[in-house]
Amino acid sequence: MNNNRPDLFRNPVVKKSLLISGLASGLLLTSLAVVAEQAATPDDAGLAERLQACAACHGDEGRSQQEDYYPSIAGKPAGYLYRQLLNFRDGRRLHTTMRLMLAYLSDAYLYDIARYYARQSPGHHSLPETNLTEAQKALGKQLAQSGDPERDLPACTQCHGSRLQGRAPYIPGLTGLPSEYLAAQLGAWQAGTRQALTPDCMATIAQRLNGEDILAVSRWIAHQPTAADTPSTKGSYANLPMECGAVQ
Amino acid sequence: MWRIILGLAALLTGLALWLFWADRAPPIAVNGAAPSEETIEKGEYLARAGNCIACHTVPGNPEYSGGRRIATPFGNVYSSNLTPDNETGIGQWSDADFWRAMRHGISRDGRRLYPAFPYSNYSRVKREDSDALFAYLKSLPAVRQPQPEPQLRFPYNTGLALRLWRALFFKPGRFEADPQRSTAWNRGAYLVEGLGHCNACHTARGFLGNSLASAEYAGGPVPMLGWDALPLTNSQPMSDKRASEMARLLKHGVSERNVTSGPMAEVVFHSLQHLADDDIAAMVTYIRSLPPGQTPASEQGLQVGEQRKALLMKQGAPLYSEHCADCHGEKGEGHPFQYPALADNQSVVADSANNIIRSLMYGGFGPSTKGNPRPYGMPPYAQQMSAEDMAAVLTYIRNAWGNEAAAVSPLQIRRLR
Ligand code: HEC
Ligand code: HEC
Ligand code: HEC
Repeated sequence: MNNNRPDLFRNPVVKKSLLISGLASGLLLTSLAVVAEQAATPDDAGLAERLQACAACHGDEGRSQQEDYYPSIAGKPAGYLYRQLLNFRDGRRLHTTMRLMLAYLSDAYLYDIARYYARQSPGHHSLPETNLTEAQKALGKQLAQSGDPERDLPACTQCHGSRLQGRAPYIPGLTGLPSEYLAAQLGAWQAGTRQALTPDCMATIAQRLNGEDILAVSRWIAHQPTAADTPSTKGSYANLPMECGAVQ
Repeated sequence: MWRIILGLAALLTGLALWLFWADRAPPIAVNGAAPSEETIEKGEYLARAGNCIACHTVPGNPEYSGGRRIATPFGNVYSSNLTPDNETGIGQWSDADFWRAMRHGISRDGRRLYPAFPYSNYSRVKREDSDALFAYLKSLPAVRQPQPEPQLRFPYNTGLALRLWRALFFKPGRFEADPQRSTAWNRGAYLVEGLGHCNACHTARGFLGNSLASAEYAGGPVPMLGWDALPLTNSQPMSDKRASEMARLLKHGVSERNVTSGPMAEVVFHSLQHLADDDIAAMVTYIRSLPPGQTPASEQGLQVGEQRKALLMKQGAPLYSEHCADCHGEKGEGHPFQYPALADNQSVVADSANNIIRSLMYGGFGPSTKGNPRPYGMPPYAQQMSAEDMAAVLTYIRNAWGNEAAAVSPLQIRRLR
């Protein structure tokens, strides 16, 4: 049955991009840039079109227009996004639509998807207008920057970076997310509907927070300026205050 | 009086004999030969053909360690651990124990197994293939993972109910090759009827979960999953072109005009993509020969009057151009290997609109396969469109471009929401 040649090569989009690079290499020097660029990201070929289903909620290139419901995913660390995709697919993080969408996608494709969104620019966020009382401001700031040793709560900054910008590849930035979304995630960890690989440090932390803490810290973080650029402190997770399966 | 009592006692004894004594497996000899590398490899391939991994693995856990919940209309059962762990797996089993489980649906300790384990099909597997499967499973790393207790409702949770079910509906099968047919046809029949257990979904079931012999391969609702399996029977002879399209669809999850979705995407993802081209071709050869079937009376959608249907059509056409035509084409022609055609597509015009309602509400991707590793996606519309609009656009695609099918009512969509 020789008609079972991999369909990929009959795929018009792939054909087109092969054709473009073929043509480009036959042209003058200026065109070499095109070839080089294509060679640098061969795995992204046609991904934007393949992933239109994701764009319907998360926005073009992963910049969401409806942040309260669907988070932006552009520019988040690839390792972190990849873990989330696996968690949704395998049911550790419960979300029906996400599970059904990803159910029959391979690890390799999920990794390509994560890397594609990690490469997109997060863009500029306008800060949400949530009201933050003085008391919330103080509590939120304290929890985020110093934690609470009495309750064995580390500061958010100890893992997520001094400006909460995240630490590639597994720890996401927290700035630029609306307070409702942040609060919903902490609530989901408390309830067990969002889980990470064990030891699930975020679940432990969320269980040590009460409703007021969650409101205050989510709102305070949502008021911080988006930490510019993609995460800087790469690699070492040696000095984390807790054990986290998500970074192993 | 005494006569009645004696008669009743005789009846009960007869029933007990029928249920317990008749349902026994004959003694089975142990083969015991140390398996070769080749046997183990063959076993791995057969495990793919049987899709054992889909039921016997909880996503994220070690392969074949079991514990996956299988929902049935009678409650939940859990798959068992097929790794060679001594206490919780098949570490202490012999190839004879294993064959008895496959052929008779009886566990090593004599317990009758729930038919959620498709032994009605696996019963047709040849002994040498069963031994190869066993050799492969024994070669896996042992994982400790006890099988969770089933949670079935009364009376299905009683041993008697299972005995009765087996007495009524289960007879160990055996694959008999048909010398009148080609080797390919026979191989296809062996795979489809046996390890492939295609009729587990493609044949409608009676109210006790038994496959309806009168509706073999005529399609029908897949229990608990909310999807309908399409008929595999042929109302007219299948052209060569369609046959090779079907082969492509089964192997890659995508063909020029179609994509597999839902439970069928799972079958392709875990099982069919790993099969050799000639085995896929053999299965298609067999499917092609299936006689026209009696489509079981399916749940006809809620009746929608002609006038209402015309209104839905009118409302659906602009919605289609706005939301769908970019991918599926102005005339529903699709885009080869990317977006399925909606014109002349049996899923779209199926009696029951369940599948397309699900596709529209939840969106989805075809399966990632070796031949199509990065499939295209369809956005979910449940949050974006009202039930009324969804009914309109679906009624439209079911009746545009030469398609013809009953309208979809908004109520049907609200029910599934
Ligand atoms: C549709 C789901 C499904 C598929 C596919 C499936 N199984 Fe199972 N299997 C089950 C369930 C559920 C049980 C547990 C039944 C019970 O406990 O009564 C089971 C039990 C078994 C048992 C009995 C184990 C014991 O401890 O008694 C064996 C052996 C087995 N399966 C082998 C296989 C093999 C080999 C394959 C592939 C060829 C396979 N199964 C495919 C669902 C499945
Ligand atoms: C777990 C249930 C299940 C099993 C097992 C199953 N199918 Fe399906 N099948 C479905 C459903 C549901 C559909 C309709 C969804 C779709 O079209 O993709 C379907 C559709 C199909 C189609 C038509 C696809 C199209 O879009 O035209 C073919 C052909 C097919 N199945 C063949 C098989 C074969 C061969 C086997 C055995 C190896 C098999 N199926 C086993 C559930 C199943
Ligand atoms: C971004 C491209 C895109 C858009 C927009 C889109 N679809 Fe799809 N559609 C797909 C892809 C890809 C599939 C196959 C995915 C799958 O089977 O899970 C699909 C599958 C389907 C199916 C199932 C077909 C089958 O054979 O099983 C139906 C029905 C469908 N789409 C209808 C619609 C309707 C109606 C709209 C507009 C409201 C729409 N689609 C918009 C890409 C798209």
